[in-house]
Amino acid sequence: MTTFIFILKKEFRQIFRDPAIIRIIFIMPMMQLIILPFAADYEVKNINIGIVDHDHSDYSRELISKIENSTYFRLTGYTNTFKEGLKWVEDEKADLIVEIPNRFEAELIKESKADLLLAVNAVNGTRGNLGAAYTLGIIQQFNQNIRAKWFQMPDFNPEPIIDVTYSSLYNPLSNYQFFMVPGILAVLLTMVGGFLSALNIVKEKEIGTIEQLNVSPIKKYQFIGGKVVPFWLLGFVILTIGLIISFIVHGIVPGSNIGVLYLFTAIYMLAILGFGLLLSNFTNTQQQAMMVAFFFMLIFILLSGLYTPIESMPGWAQKVAALNPVTYMVEVMRMVLMKGAILRDILPQLKIITLYGVVLNLLAIYTYSKQNS
Amino acid sequence: MIEVNHISKSFGKAGEVSALSNISLNIDEGQLYGLIGPDGAGKTTLFRILTTLLLPDEGFAVIDGMNVVDDYKKLRKILGYMPGRFSLYQDLSVRENLEFYASIFNTTIEVNYALIKDIYVQLEPFNNRRAGALSGGMKQKLALCCALIHKPKVLFLDEPTTGVDVVSRKEFWEMLKRLKNEGITIFVSTPYMDEASLCDKIALIQNGSILSENKPSALTASFNYSLFGVKCNQMNDCRKTLTHWKEILDAYSFGEYLHVKTTKGTIGENDIQEFLLAKGLTDIFIKDVIPTVEDCFIDLMKTKKT
Repeated sequence: MTTFIFILKKEFRQIFRDPAIIRIIFIMPMMQLIILPFAADYEVKNINIGIVDHDHSDYSRELISKIENSTYFRLTGYTNTFKEGLKWVEDEKADLIVEIPNRFEAELIKESKADLLLAVNAVNGTRGNLGAAYTLGIIQQFNQNIRAKWFQMPDFNPEPIIDVTYSSLYNPLSNYQFFMVPGILAVLLTMVGGFLSALNIVKEKEIGTIEQLNVSPIKKYQFIGGKVVPFWLLGFVILTIGLIISFIVHGIVPGSNIGVLYLFTAIYMLAILGFGLLLSNFTNTQQQAMMVAFFFMLIFILLSGLYTPIESMPGWAQKVAALNPVTYMVEVMRMVLMKGAILRDILPQLKIITLYGVVLNLLAIYTYSKQNS
Repeated sequence: MIEVNHISKSFGKAGEVSALSNISLNIDEGQLYGLIGPDGAGKTTLFRILTTLLLPDEGFAVIDGMNVVDDYKKLRKILGYMPGRFSLYQDLSVRENLEFYASIFNTTIEVNYALIKDIYVQLEPFNNRRAGALSGGMKQKLALCCALIHKPKVLFLDEPTTGVDVVSRKEFWEMLKRLKNEGITIFVSTPYMDEASLCDKIALIQNGSILSENKPSALTASFNYSLFGVKCNQMNDCRKTLTHWKEILDAYSFGEYLHVKTTKGTIGENDIQEFLLAKGLTDIFIKDVIPTVEDCFIDLMKTKKT
């Protein structure tokens, strides 16, 4: 036991002496939590729109002014030819072109029906799709207004309109940050737990000190424990700092059942530390470990439901996401911080992550002894 | 104290790279034993097997009555090991490194201070300096202290003087002698032949097999040829012409001289001088040479090849 305390003492000394680790632990979460949620925003604004107006009528002008007045668009310009409009798209000046055909107004009045063309630059899929959706919304509204103006006469509505009122539960203002911040916090925990610990062990391999430790009565579990415990504790430090930042900057109130989150984090950190140990068993230099870690990090983040909902992923990706431990941490973070989930609510996730912890750590111990024979 | 019995070890999936083949050595208690050989001869592999870090393919080794494979746990308590690359925590200070290595052996610096005192006094002024900021010689001394702090019975030093300046090397061997007097058995490997004569007993190793195991004096005494040192104006031509002369068994450069090996009692200094003059070489200087360990090594290496 005393040996273990000495090992822990040495590990903490090294961690707090490494300026890079201090930066990663304290400055990285601050930067990521303060800046990222504002930048990584799904709301697409400033869509550049080009308008090809062949009609030059009252109606066409009304439609154009409606589009212009919406906050989503920035007008590139007007033109009389679709060709020029297309050129804007090619030059990246416009994301979207609305073409109003000749006799737009006349047809609308005469035939009660008119055509419009919407051409979207789909290179950036999200931007294009959202731009088209916003424009369609405006056009529909325009359509409604016209109907209202022209068909005031009938006593009954020919087409029943369902008026939908909606309410955003758990995030009444649909605040994007509320959704992003817990997710980013989950990723930060993963980085510290999984990758810093792996790098730390590989460093001992790289400078050769592990050789000397192996030729000493020090036990394997003491060595591994000495690596795991400090990073496990650092996980709580990061979580606490993260929660404080989210409260101050983003106004996320953790609520009274914050203990649930700490409990889940405690087990999650053990699982992810097991992953780190596994990683360190199969790499010999810090550079190798970095590259492998980077590969996993990308998969972890992209297939965790942090940015894109898992439900809209293809089947195979959903399966990968279900295997991804980060998925559960992101889920639980959001459940606790946004819905105020209690222990019973997160029980399924807790079971899975416990299983992960056992499997990953057993695997790490198994491969560790194998590598040394 | 250390008994190495027919140990073989090969690497690679099919064992195609043979690192050690059939090594047998015997090291007595309290001996300063040198394993001498060029880079890649298998010195570190043998050290790793003896320090329980690597399993031999064949054969066995016993240290102080304990088998390196079966009794590795007990053995690790009495071994001191200083790997070729000094295994120090660069970000810990001199004192912290030493404290750490003491603590993992369940001891303290104070308990065994007497043993490391002579070495440690030189380090004490830098007690709070990070190990990474020490000079090469200082790092070596600290690494030795760390390997000694638990008062091991057997000390393994893998190329401790590689990359260290001449003065520090000399100092280091002085320290080893003092440690030997404390009763510690020391097994040291080195690529430097000139360090061989400082050992009680040496083994010459080349390509994974032992060429010879003997006392340095006995080894050089067994060199059964006449040896001359030759110097002249055209060293390169000189070596070529000499190797083509049937009286000469071998001629190789050795520092500023050529060492010329002949069968005892055949030719003398004058014969060589006349021969070289006849070949048109000038400024000839010839002297008798007492064979060194390196001469023996070269001799053994070449006879083994043929």
